[in-house]
Amino acid sequence: MRAHGFPPGVINGPVAVKLTPQDVEHIAHLARLEIGAGEIDSVAAKLSSIMSFVDQLQAADTGSVEPMAHPLDMAQRLRADEVTEHDQRDLFQRNSSAAADGFYTVPRVIE
Amino acid sequence: MSRPGITQLARALRARETSSRELVAGALARIEAQDRVLNSFISVAAGQALAAADRADQQLARGEGGPLTGIPFAHKDIFCTAGLRTTCASKMLADFIPPYDATVVSRLAAAGIVVLGKTNMDEFAMGSSNETSFFGPVRNPWDLQRSPGGSSGGSAAAVAAGLVPAATGTDTGGSIRQPAALTGITGLKPTYGRVSRYGMVAFASSLDQAGILTLSAEDAALLLSAMAGFDPRDSTSADLPVPDYMAQLGEAVAGRRIGLPKEFFDAGLDPASASAVREALRVYEQLGAKLVEISLPSLALSVPTYYIVAPAECSSNLSRFDGVRFGYRHEGAQTLEELYKKSRGEGFGAEVKRRILTGTYVLSAGYYDAYYLKAQKARQLIARDFRRCFAEVDIIAGPTAPTPAFRLGEKVDDPVQMYLNDIYTIAVNLAGLPGISIPCGYSTGLPVGLQLVGPHFGEGRLLNFAHLYQRETDWHTQLPPAVAGPGA
Repeated sequence: MRAHGFPPGVINGPVAVKLTPQDVEHIAHLARLEIGAGEIDSVAAKLSSIMSFVDQLQAADTGSVEPMAHPLDMAQRLRADEVTEHDQRDLFQRNSSAAADGFYTVPRVIE
Repeated sequence: MSRPGITQLARALRARETSSRELVAGALARIEAQDRVLNSFISVAAGQALAAADRADQQLARGEGGPLTGIPFAHKDIFCTAGLRTTCASKMLADFIPPYDATVVSRLAAAGIVVLGKTNMDEFAMGSSNETSFFGPVRNPWDLQRSPGGSSGGSAAAVAAGLVPAATGTDTGGSIRQPAALTGITGLKPTYGRVSRYGMVAFASSLDQAGILTLSAEDAALLLSAMAGFDPRDSTSADLPVPDYMAQLGEAVAGRRIGLPKEFFDAGLDPASASAVREALRVYEQLGAKLVEISLPSLALSVPTYYIVAPAECSSNLSRFDGVRFGYRHEGAQTLEELYKKSRGEGFGAEVKRRILTGTYVLSAGYYDAYYLKAQKARQLIARDFRRCFAEVDIIAGPTAPTPAFRLGEKVDDPVQMYLNDIYTIAVNLAGLPGISIPCGYSTGLPVGLQLVGPHFGEGRLLNFAHLYQRETDWHTQLPPAVAGPGA
């Protein structure tokens, strides 16, 4: 994997960022996403093409530009520290296929 | 067959020429007859709809209710509807029954609208063709071999085909405007923060915005009036008063300045679409507006910027789908990690997985500055271009999409080609601006959209410009072959 791609001025060139099957396995693990063994190569090829495409940003001159996290110039609103939600646990747990006695069940994590 | 809009239907309801029950029953019959082919609905709630129609009729009989009371309607299946399954067109949420309503849903319900069902879309709104839906692609009523666009493709096809007079959509990178353009209808994406995101399944939270697909700008103004406004349950909802959009519709545009970004008319634009758009601009000149050439020099950065910012936010938002609390769960996992990985691996489709992986990559150690931070800076450059232009012009105009509707399957194997379909719409989301697409002609017999972009919270001006155009032209009333019937 490499963070820098095209030299400035070169746009839409050939595949400049190449993700290996090992890269894909690493990212997929970080994302807790299973990718079938048979799909890894095609996923690597498509991700390489996407990353090569977005890599043309490296040519943009963004030297002193302030990063923009949000489209409107607004500050995070605060609210009064008051209880506004009531307990709806049973209602919410109806959407889980593995809830019992008010708990969510998962495979054993502590031996 | 005709295709009346909300304004006409509301008039007929007031005059007691029809009832909500009759309108809803008619819409359900059209869905039954046509939607096996179009596939624009994921869920139809006939019983609920008829009961709501009867309540609306009682209100109308008492002389109560407003312009939306009793009007048949559909929600994109990304808006949570209490008790009615909300799938986001994903296997992950195929059985999810929301315990609450989205603010958009509850506000429109309070205005008396009758929801017939939930429309098809790209999975988690990630796509520009509706082909990533777990429930299969939607077909374009103008040509059944073609895509209606996406991600709000089900809403667009349902409205264009006259199944319902209007439907909600969401627009993260063009997902209302592009399908509206490709199906010949009106699609409004309001300013970021104008309409509440509460109860809308999140894709990219700094870009997502709810809006509507309608048959006219006037109908869009009616709906926006009911949907817009501050919501304490959405932390980025704008705490600003909602202007009277209906009052502004007829304002004269003489002397107004329309900016035409030269980058919108470059070599990538289909020539017939370009002529249709230029012809539309002449209508504004005849109304006394002035056309001014402008430039958005950073526009070329917008698609790559978007495909860093949106996947990054997507990878974070979609981490909530863990197979535990709700959504698809893989049965038989031996460890918690296996439960997560298999539930997510089996529950998400290919495009959603690609975006999660892309987002995870650009946010991962060693790459954050090179990709994510770089994209946030490029986003600032794009927003700055628009700010500079709006100091000189009142509104910006151009095409909505580079080509008319493409064939189903045509771009499905090439994600980058698919992404480039949103080249004229994506920058508007990055800058948080409002945009509208209205039909303005044809290219090879397929509808072309004119896109108008306004300054922040300039929806009133957009609707005004769109309405005046629709008063001078009749593109928006022309029916696709699927509605007009054979030989029409």
